[in-house]
Amino acid sequence: MHNFTITELIDGLKKKVFSSTEITQHFLARIKNLDSEFNSVITLTEDQALAAAKSADQLLAKGEAPDLCGVPILHKDIFCTDGVRTSCGSKMLNNFVPPYDATVIENFKNSGSVMLGKTNMDEFAMGSSNETSFYGAVKNPWAIDSVPGGSSGGSAAAIAARLAPGATATDTGGSIRQPAALCGITGLKPTYGRVSRWGMIAFASSLDQGGPMARTAEDCALLLNCMASYDDKDSTCIDRPVPNYSASLNNSLEGLRIGIPKEYFSEGLNAGTEQAVRDSLAEYEKLGAELVEISLPNTGLSVPAYYVIAPAEASANLSRFDGVRYGHRCEEPKDLEDLYRRTRAEGFGDEVQRRILIGTYCLSAGYYDAYYGKAQQVRQLIRQDFVRAFEKVDLIMGPTCPSPAFKFGAKGNDPVAMYLEDIYTISTNLAGLPGMSLPCGMVDHKPVGLQIIGNYFDEARMLNAAHQFQQVTDWHLQAPAGIES
Amino acid sequence: MNWETVIGLEVHVQLATKTKIFSAASTAFGAAPNTQACEIDLAMPGTLPVVNKQAIDYAVMFGLAIDAEIGKTSVFERKNYFYPDLPKGYQTTQLEQPIVGPGVVDIQLDNGDTQSVRIHHAHLEEDAGKSLHEGNFRSGVSGIDLNRAGTPLIEIVSEPDMRNAEEAVAFAKKLHSIVTSLGICDGEMSQGSMRFDVNISIRPQGETKLGTRTETKNLNSFKFMEDAIHLEVERQIDVLEDGGEIIQETRLYNGETKVARSMRSKEEANDYRYFPCPDLLPVVISDEHVAQLRDNLPELPDARQQRFIADYELSQYDATVLSADAATASYFEQAAKKSGNAKLTANWVAGELSACLNAEAINLEQSPVNAEQLAGLIIRIADNTISGKMAKQVFEGIWNGEGNADQIIEKRGLKQVSDSGALEAMVDEVLANNQAMVDDYINTDADKRKKKLGGFMGQIMKASKGQANPQQVSQILAQKLAKML
Repeated sequence: MHNFTITELIDGLKKKVFSSTEITQHFLARIKNLDSEFNSVITLTEDQALAAAKSADQLLAKGEAPDLCGVPILHKDIFCTDGVRTSCGSKMLNNFVPPYDATVIENFKNSGSVMLGKTNMDEFAMGSSNETSFYGAVKNPWAIDSVPGGSSGGSAAAIAARLAPGATATDTGGSIRQPAALCGITGLKPTYGRVSRWGMIAFASSLDQGGPMARTAEDCALLLNCMASYDDKDSTCIDRPVPNYSASLNNSLEGLRIGIPKEYFSEGLNAGTEQAVRDSLAEYEKLGAELVEISLPNTGLSVPAYYVIAPAEASANLSRFDGVRYGHRCEEPKDLEDLYRRTRAEGFGDEVQRRILIGTYCLSAGYYDAYYGKAQQVRQLIRQDFVRAFEKVDLIMGPTCPSPAFKFGAKGNDPVAMYLEDIYTISTNLAGLPGMSLPCGMVDHKPVGLQIIGNYFDEARMLNAAHQFQQVTDWHLQAPAGIES
Repeated sequence: MNWETVIGLEVHVQLATKTKIFSAASTAFGAAPNTQACEIDLAMPGTLPVVNKQAIDYAVMFGLAIDAEIGKTSVFERKNYFYPDLPKGYQTTQLEQPIVGPGVVDIQLDNGDTQSVRIHHAHLEEDAGKSLHEGNFRSGVSGIDLNRAGTPLIEIVSEPDMRNAEEAVAFAKKLHSIVTSLGICDGEMSQGSMRFDVNISIRPQGETKLGTRTETKNLNSFKFMEDAIHLEVERQIDVLEDGGEIIQETRLYNGETKVARSMRSKEEANDYRYFPCPDLLPVVISDEHVAQLRDNLPELPDARQQRFIADYELSQYDATVLSADAATASYFEQAAKKSGNAKLTANWVAGELSACLNAEAINLEQSPVNAEQLAGLIIRIADNTISGKMAKQVFEGIWNGEGNADQIIEKRGLKQVSDSGALEAMVDEVLANNQAMVDDYINTDADKRKKKLGGFMGQIMKASKGQANPQQVSQILAQKLAKML
């Protein structure tokens, strides 16, 4: 049952092959039995899930079922859930129970889906390995000694281990695509402004974007249909009709122009990863697409620009965690400064503190122009690179990340090596473009991800291209050893 | 040495919007602590600001009123600092691109001179909450009330164009008059609706370079502001004449104890690390919208003053006093139209009514005597039914809720006797009964006789129980005495 895709589950529910209660119980049991190994779920919401499944079954019986009615999914613990602890992977919010739902959560509730629980993540979404979580690292189901990627590592690992058929995730510099690649699943970061950020705990507001993860592009389309909406509670959300992403999945790729940025195939790219990506591109040629070499000359500047802008925004976004109103508060503060110092020193982990310090420094008097001002200029250059590229091509493809999943601790002591993990994904966040990753091969029994970057609001074309690829390949159907498929 | 004082003002004006600048919580004054703070005002994780369009319009209206450039694109920035009454750890404000650019405010001084004060700019921002420290809260702890957090403010920054306390107060009063006339602020100083920060420096007369300034913050009455300026100017003169140096610092003035103290020096000042708020898009205002606001701008104090002089033949002074705020102006106009006697109405509104309101510390909206009732009283003064002295009694009766003027005149039997036959009889009787006084009058030198009239008047008024029309009595008396000579 856990091998069904969301598409298959919806079909089975509608045809009454099984009930929502049955599949919900099945996935809850899997999480309870297997997740001690992967640590992908922070909070299991068993009672709420069974209640939601029961309501879904009633709607299904009446034939009034909304799109995702009865489908169990997991939510990244960055989305606020009314009455359910929302930790953001941090000790700071270990005790935080929001009195409101994120718009994304509300959308999923309205679509009749069933929340199984909240997934593990890097603390405040800051990390590429899930090692910064207060709740301990998530293990990659393909290689238990390796990282699942981050920050949405819990969502990605849970899907790979068939603990849920789909999950929500967020992406600030690659946090959907990189874990999707490392865990061998499909994930999509939409255009900035496509999915509401209301109730999604902010890391870097101008870069953060929620998106879906599932095993197939077809399922991602279903989830995105639900997630994407205009929301007047988020001023950066864009008021633009949401297309039916499922409707164009079967379009032909004949004549599709795919840009191959030469900067994405340079030094630092694992040879096996490169081979898998090149093989996939050849597959696209067979599907009728045309490969066009392009250049994104400012790619090399994306990591440094990102590590100024994201920490700068984060340093302000995380100021609210001060022990005054909610969240962690140190014991017996002796004065106000002591309250601030100890609350934040105790509540935040090392990586979060590192980024707050970097951000605070970059915005300081005398440094602003050299760092933040300059980084914003670089951001414009990177955006222009893409605008020019999309004059010539319909989609851009390349590797999602430089190499397959690395071992725990391999980059833990070298922040810069860790930051380079996102070298191919960060540019799209800086430009606000949509990007996705889908399984395209294996290296050393570990999955490799193919990245597809689209033009603004061109998610439908990306999903179409990914779906067509998945019609002629079976990388997305493979399961980690021990996870019977 | 002769010193010249240089003063510039920063004025915080709370905008009279129903809801906060970035949330839907109410801005009403005086509610129980923290009952008007929603999840946005509390800076709960994942919450986002949405700008209040009314606040934008109010700021533009102010800009139009002072003939300023309107920022077609204005940008909200984050001003970062930690304080418990600042929930996000930053204040959302404007810096580089404010909504109102340079403008001018004309002020009138007591000697009749007018003078221009240049406005550097005015920007939109959110107010902070309030900290309640020991003495105002439980012993040993501080409390925080976030009802005020997020109340929209415009901060109006003047150029250092004022040279003494009188000019600064005149400027402050003029701003009060403008914002209340526009209806964008309730003008309630005691509730903090307008707060003044005064920048003061001194320099030798004739010097063109500015001296080192201090900033005295958060003055919320014109009187406190005047006293604080005098005190600070004297302090600075003392320091410089003793060979000392002025330190750039922020000072606090206590209006109750009339003592000022240093709060922090420039060295201790925060580095606010301003940067554009990524949660809010730049505010873009179209020319059409500005034109629409301009067309619907309420009458401004200067125009109203001119109209009062032209339409009601008021003196410059009366016109200035009565046109200063919208409530007073509208009260005056209603009463003047109803009574048909603008001059008397002006005297009563600016005199007795205003004195009684001040004595009870209430505003015009709370006045127990409404404009119609005052007009009723004035009609009876003008038609000689009652004397000025009786009118005060009648006013008191209306104030105490005893009814309208005619009812009180009737009830108290206050009608003035103006029947000349009756008055002549009264005068004759008093003259007959006071032969000694009459002889004394006749025997007095002609140029000193006038002084003797008061004695007769007193007797006659007493005989009439105060109801005789004094002007008529005086005329009759003069005629009769003249015949006796």
